Amino acid sequence: MQTWSLVSICVLLAIIARWGVSLNSYSGAGKPPMFGDYEAQRHWQEVTYNLPIQEWYFNTTNNDLNYWGLDYPPLTAYHSWICAYIAKTINPEWVELHKSRGYESTQHKLFMRMTVLVADLLIYIPAVVLYCLYLTDGSSKKKVSIMFCFLLYPGLILIDYGHFQYNGVSLGFALWGILALGLGWDVLGSMAFSLALNYKQMELYHALPFFCYLLGKCIKTGLIGRGLFLLVRIGVTVLATFALCWLPFLAEPSQAMQVVRRIFPVARGLFEDKVANTWCSLNTLIKIKSILSGDSQLYLSLACTLLAVLPSCIRLLTKPTFWHFKLALVSVFGIQHWAVFKPTGLKCNEICYACPFLVFVCSMLPLFLKDGLLVPYIVTSLGFLFFSIYLLSALDHCSEDKLRLGAYNKLFYCLFIPWGNHFLHFYISIAAMVGLSIATAVLIPPPHLPDLFPVLVSTTAFLHFLGTFIHFNVVQFSEPPSRKSQKKSN
Amino acid sequence: MAADSCSWFPALAVGVSLLKCFFISAYRSTDFEVHRNWLAITHSLPVSRWYYENTSEWTLDYPPLFAWFELGLSQVARRFDANMLQVENLNYASPATVLFQRLSVIVTDVVFIYAARECCRCVREPKGSRDVLSRPSFVLAVLLLWNFGLLVVDHIHFQYNGFLFGFLLLSVAKHLQSQHLQGALLFAFLLNLKHIYLYVAPAYGVYLLRSYCFAQDNKDGSVRWSSFSPLRLLALGAIVTSVCALSFGPFIAMGQLPQVLSRLFPFKRGLCHAYWAPNIWALYNVLDKSLAVLGVRLKLLEEAELPPASMTGGLVQEFEHSVLPSVTPAVTLVCTLLSILPAVASIWLRPHGAQGFLRCLLLCALGCFMFGWHVHEKAILIAILPLSILAVESREDAGIFLILTTTGHYSLFPLLFTPAELPIKVVLMLMFTIFSFTALRKLHSAQGSLLHPLEVIYLLGLVAVAIACEVVFPLSPWQQRLPFLPLLVTSVYCAMGVCYAFLRLYASLLLRREEKPKQL
Repeated sequence: MQTWSLVSICVLLAIIARWGVSLNSYSGAGKPPMFGDYEAQRHWQEVTYNLPIQEWYFNTTNNDLNYWGLDYPPLTAYHSWICAYIAKTINPEWVELHKSRGYESTQHKLFMRMTVLVADLLIYIPAVVLYCLYLTDGSSKKKVSIMFCFLLYPGLILIDYGHFQYNGVSLGFALWGILALGLGWDVLGSMAFSLALNYKQMELYHALPFFCYLLGKCIKTGLIGRGLFLLVRIGVTVLATFALCWLPFLAEPSQAMQVVRRIFPVARGLFEDKVANTWCSLNTLIKIKSILSGDSQLYLSLACTLLAVLPSCIRLLTKPTFWHFKLALVSVFGIQHWAVFKPTGLKCNEICYACPFLVFVCSMLPLFLKDGLLVPYIVTSLGFLFFSIYLLSALDHCSEDKLRLGAYNKLFYCLFIPWGNHFLHFYISIAAMVGLSIATAVLIPPPHLPDLFPVLVSTTAFLHFLGTFIHFNVVQFSEPPSRKSQKKSN
Repeated sequence: MAADSCSWFPALAVGVSLLKCFFISAYRSTDFEVHRNWLAITHSLPVSRWYYENTSEWTLDYPPLFAWFELGLSQVARRFDANMLQVENLNYASPATVLFQRLSVIVTDVVFIYAARECCRCVREPKGSRDVLSRPSFVLAVLLLWNFGLLVVDHIHFQYNGFLFGFLLLSVAKHLQSQHLQGALLFAFLLNLKHIYLYVAPAYGVYLLRSYCFAQDNKDGSVRWSSFSPLRLLALGAIVTSVCALSFGPFIAMGQLPQVLSRLFPFKRGLCHAYWAPNIWALYNVLDKSLAVLGVRLKLLEEAELPPASMTGGLVQEFEHSVLPSVTPAVTLVCTLLSILPAVASIWLRPHGAQGFLRCLLLCALGCFMFGWHVHEKAILIAILPLSILAVESREDAGIFLILTTTGHYSLFPLLFTPAELPIKVVLMLMFTIFSFTALRKLHSAQGSLLHPLEVIYLLGLVAVAIACEVVFPLSPWQQRLPFLPLLVTSVYCAMGVCYAFLRLYASLLLRREEKPKQL
């Protein structure tokens, strides 16, 4: 069958999966007074449509920042405004100032879900399709298989279409950026990534690899001459994109400062909702919250993040190839939470790498249970796991050499029981995830340890991330595989 | 692909089962309550009350074997939510109930999956095809397992057709494999599960009589009367009677047979369902209406003489036609029998083995669909699913399949009228259509194009009808005055396609070259 028909069928299946999940409940459904992320997005439409731009990020009588105040960069606000404009033409009650708080109806839910789907169709899905068709290796069937698994990633589907968010937009822009860099269009890539940054500040985690790769590339082409010219063009593009996005807020410095204060809230602590990261796990051993003050926690976190990312970024500066760029992005993968489900299907052609992605989804199970998304969670995770194993069937083709597991295995042997087969680790991980999922969904934790299961899940996820992080750093510092060994008969 | 040769079937089955799970929270029709009610009736009441119970309007109107099936399901239902088994709990739909019912459809589909695998085994594989996606068995598996009509009717609208079609396809597969007694047994079960399959009973009857009871044919293909085998006839008779006894026995013993039959065949309902199935009577109704309107305009008729517009009111009643003669159940029976007579006669006079039987089965199904009384549009699936088997083997059948399937599936659109399900039905339809067109075209690429340009234009017209009915009409001023209009347009447009497919299938049966008669 021709590639275009296979691609269209896969995309249509991905849309069905997304819409099927969106038939379920959303975050904060029927839970006054605060509701959840769904109400937050609706509220931003209300605020951006009814109030002048100068009041969007400020605490005024009309805009109570304690009730889901805007805390994403301006592009999100503009997107909300566009959605509100359409909402107003369909039913003005949806965005009426003050009166529409907590508004819930089937038509409104349909509208909101539709906005997510449209955004995905316009930005995220084309990026995935083009990336898989042009920047992955192998036969066309292999590319379509990778694309299919990429599109089926449960994390993004459940968060965007279940819990309710617009991560597809920022990830889509970032993916356009990666795609452009892979094709050698550095200026366009930097513009796309700037748009991603201006949509969600979480993309800052990926900013360092982008920066180091582009800088390294400019240095390599020679800082006198072409390199400098490229640097200047990229710099101007980035500045212009930022200026365009922040234009209404640049009139007064106080405006811009307020926006910055809203999108980088220092007052929040290091971890909410028992998320899967280093700090939550460490907190069980050392009560960090009680030792350090809020500000110190933040600086410590920042310092550790930078330190962790530093090795791969330095390597990227010295060897700015696209291969190393992709690896650096994945190293950043394990650092913090929300941005983490960047489905970097870069190395999806090895099934073992699907594991950390699934672990991350599992770590969000407590959240999904709260939103009433258990059935979609089970179905999408099973689907992703099954099709990754079946289509990519890499368990046959995963060789030690390809995975560069030599150095990694040595480390592993030191830390754990020396089981030689790393596929066993894969199955153990899956078993652990299934066990923890069942436990979280079904069992009641003992009364003196009420958060036992979320913390267990976080810790397991952290161990996986640590392993992934170490592994990718190891690979980063070894040579890329030669072209010959990458070609497989299919 | 890196997968090995036999693993694609389980992958397709697992994939479609996971897909079905996405529709658990989707729209459910009244059929959901119907089956919940039947679970309650069979679980809570004694057998003697099953066909008399009418607390709910959705009385038991399937044959007894299906009632036993519901009884079996109710044993599992008890563990999900025992409240759904109370007959008084009308329209009870707790999350556990919904989950149980939806899962029961998905799980019982395993019969259909097994039947599809058997059908794939019967398909001839051309030598030397290494690419999995181009194999006839793969294409057939997708056309059966991922059939748009089954997904929409079973897993959204809510019915158990997958389970039932599993029996039908398994029976067909057994006949194709020359295991006629097993095929007959399966069909006997099927008839006692849902009596709508009486549509295809003539095909079974004549085929088994002609090709199984008469063990051999003469050299010129005609009947060799001397080869009649009473033993075989006896075996068939025993199978059918024992299954019917198993099913109806308790009710005959209690003297309830007339009551059961009156529940199974409610002829009080009108010529057409509330939404007209795309058959001859839809065209007849439209012709009648147009003539009436024309007559009034041309002052040939008095408007007061005409009966009120009850046909288009969307209610299931008895009604009369205004200009053309009214149609009674007897008339439809005669028309149906006349329409299937040539097909049945053809397999008697010139049997073409199991392939001819399959073709005759299709024509019986389509003939009954075209001319039957109170036909549901879902009945088109009885023709579409078996036609898939023929489509992967013959170019001409593939062309007919594409027309019948696309029109038949589109005619199911009005079943899902809620806005939330609009993306689902459109995307699923697109998926199935893209696959069927590209896969069948690739399969038969060596023999020329599948569709005539006029047929392509007709199918493209479906897109225009879809946009008009789903998008333009709801936003137009006619929405209030003529709410039935999109349904009318859909049924009439699809009826044309279905009629055309019916005629072409007939032509392919009657004009087929003679094949060497087979020994059985």
